[in-house]
Amino acid sequence: MTVVDTLGLTAERCAQLLGAREISCRELVEAYLERIDAHDPDLHCFLRTRPEAALAEADALDAAGPKGLQGVPIALKDILCVRGEETTAGSRILAGHRPLYDAGAVTRCRDAGLIALGKTNMDEFAMGSSTEHSAFGPTRNPWDHELVPGGSSGGSAAAVAAGFAPLALGTDTGGSIRQPAALCGVVGLKPTYGAVSRHGLIAFGSSLDQIGPFSLTVRDAALALQVIAGHDPCDSTSVPLPEPVSVPDAEDMRGVTIGIPTDLLAIEGVEDGVRASFEETIGEAERLGASIREITLPTARHALPAYYLIAPAEASANLARFDGVRYGLRLEEPGDTVVDMYGRTRSQGFGDEVKRRIMLGTYVLSAGYYDAYYGTAQRVRTLLLREFADAFSGVDLIATPASPTVAFPIGERIDDPWAMYACDLFTVPVNLTGLPGISLPSGLSDGLPVGFQLIGPAFSENRILAAAHALEQAIGFDPVPTGYRVGG
Amino acid sequence: MAISSDDVLHVARLANLSLSDEEVARMSEQLSGILEHVAALSSLDLEDVPATAHALDVQNVTRPDEVRPSWPREEVLAGAPAAQDGMFRVPPTS
Repeated sequence: MTVVDTLGLTAERCAQLLGAREISCRELVEAYLERIDAHDPDLHCFLRTRPEAALAEADALDAAGPKGLQGVPIALKDILCVRGEETTAGSRILAGHRPLYDAGAVTRCRDAGLIALGKTNMDEFAMGSSTEHSAFGPTRNPWDHELVPGGSSGGSAAAVAAGFAPLALGTDTGGSIRQPAALCGVVGLKPTYGAVSRHGLIAFGSSLDQIGPFSLTVRDAALALQVIAGHDPCDSTSVPLPEPVSVPDAEDMRGVTIGIPTDLLAIEGVEDGVRASFEETIGEAERLGASIREITLPTARHALPAYYLIAPAEASANLARFDGVRYGLRLEEPGDTVVDMYGRTRSQGFGDEVKRRIMLGTYVLSAGYYDAYYGTAQRVRTLLLREFADAFSGVDLIATPASPTVAFPIGERIDDPWAMYACDLFTVPVNLTGLPGISLPSGLSDGLPVGFQLIGPAFSENRILAAAHALEQAIGFDPVPTGYRVGG
Repeated sequence: MAISSDDVLHVARLANLSLSDEEVARMSEQLSGILEHVAALSSLDLEDVPATAHALDVQNVTRPDEVRPSWPREEVLAGAPAAQDGMFRVPPTS
């Protein structure tokens, strides 16, 4: 018997109910697990749940009396290592793999008393924008089961939208938090590079990867960021935040100047419905007191090709470790040399997209091509950093759509790599420059959610969260997918 | 820039991937297609622009050089596909 409806239930509300003892941690976890059991077979957000462990953790917190966020459930993208619990990164090559340690962000969740419900589905090694590249089958969009949830953190985004968890962690290398958040109608935050430890995050593009939260509200995103952000001695690229994360309560945007990169927005491939929602949201920001200024980021249109050189290059090096020697899958035939075994294991352990990126990355790093491709892309990165720095000398935040399109049908882009990569048009400039960005739902286009992206200078998470919160209040988006609404 | 089947086979060897004939053909076509989209970068004037490998200005991060226990050997080897005498076992090198 469910004592609480988890659909549309925020982490903040969960904490209130737990703190007031209106509900126990066990009851709350059971309510989420029941909903997952009932509805996840339709969606496939979770690769696996951990009911016994979650309920044991809930009981321990109930005995002690939960405080703060203790007892609030969370879903973890399956790219985050959890000690002793299967972690696959969506890949056959890691099926059955049980890490020796918790990821830094997972440790922080544990320390805060968040209860992990399970591991969510994802594009293999976070390479994709639809979650169709999971070795374990696609996730479906809660707004329309024939559509993709976005990716690569599609399982986490869809789980929050579907009421399977009030919070989820994802990772964002080129948009893998913000794009699925947009397509599923939830909030997704990619923190500044270095704000959250990457220790125990199975690496894809080490200079780009960042862990961040999915939630139903901007305030919940801030609460989750409070938990996971901070320096970790196990990740030498992580840094302490210059100021603590505050939970936003801003109701207006007075004094905030928002830049709109008109040249980037003019790129073809942006759907009319996405443009309309974006313009409406800019109008909302003006009504809230924000000043709007047109800016240009001439190199931003080149971020996508630069990203698709740098990210595969880093991936080809990072994924060299999966060779059938120390963990994961090994495929071997009698008479094989060690090199034969490497090739057999990797060729059958990796899926098509991962092999494509390893090949592309290896090619652009190979002798004779390094400077023409990888070197060029890294110089583009410098131009981007300069242009964003110039822009932020005149504006506080930059706004773009989070995704050029709403959710698209499963299968539509799977055989056309560049069509899939084009999903990342507005998100990759942020990763290449290490900046923070948020996607918040700005409305519906033909019944499907549209995401609005706010980008800020490095470590301006509080500024982003405050502006996003004010906008969110004004927009009044209902994050419960239409098909799941009572009477809907 | 077109990537031939020979290029694909060479890169696959570097990457320790053994690809089927069908995969080689598809990879040649798809990688060539991707590099066509990337070609636009050559129109940029990057002559005096330095490369950026890392967006944050963090340098030479060190920690105290203290001896700490490592992972217990048996725990590490428990996850290995094959182990023997406290070591990872692999097929012969040739």
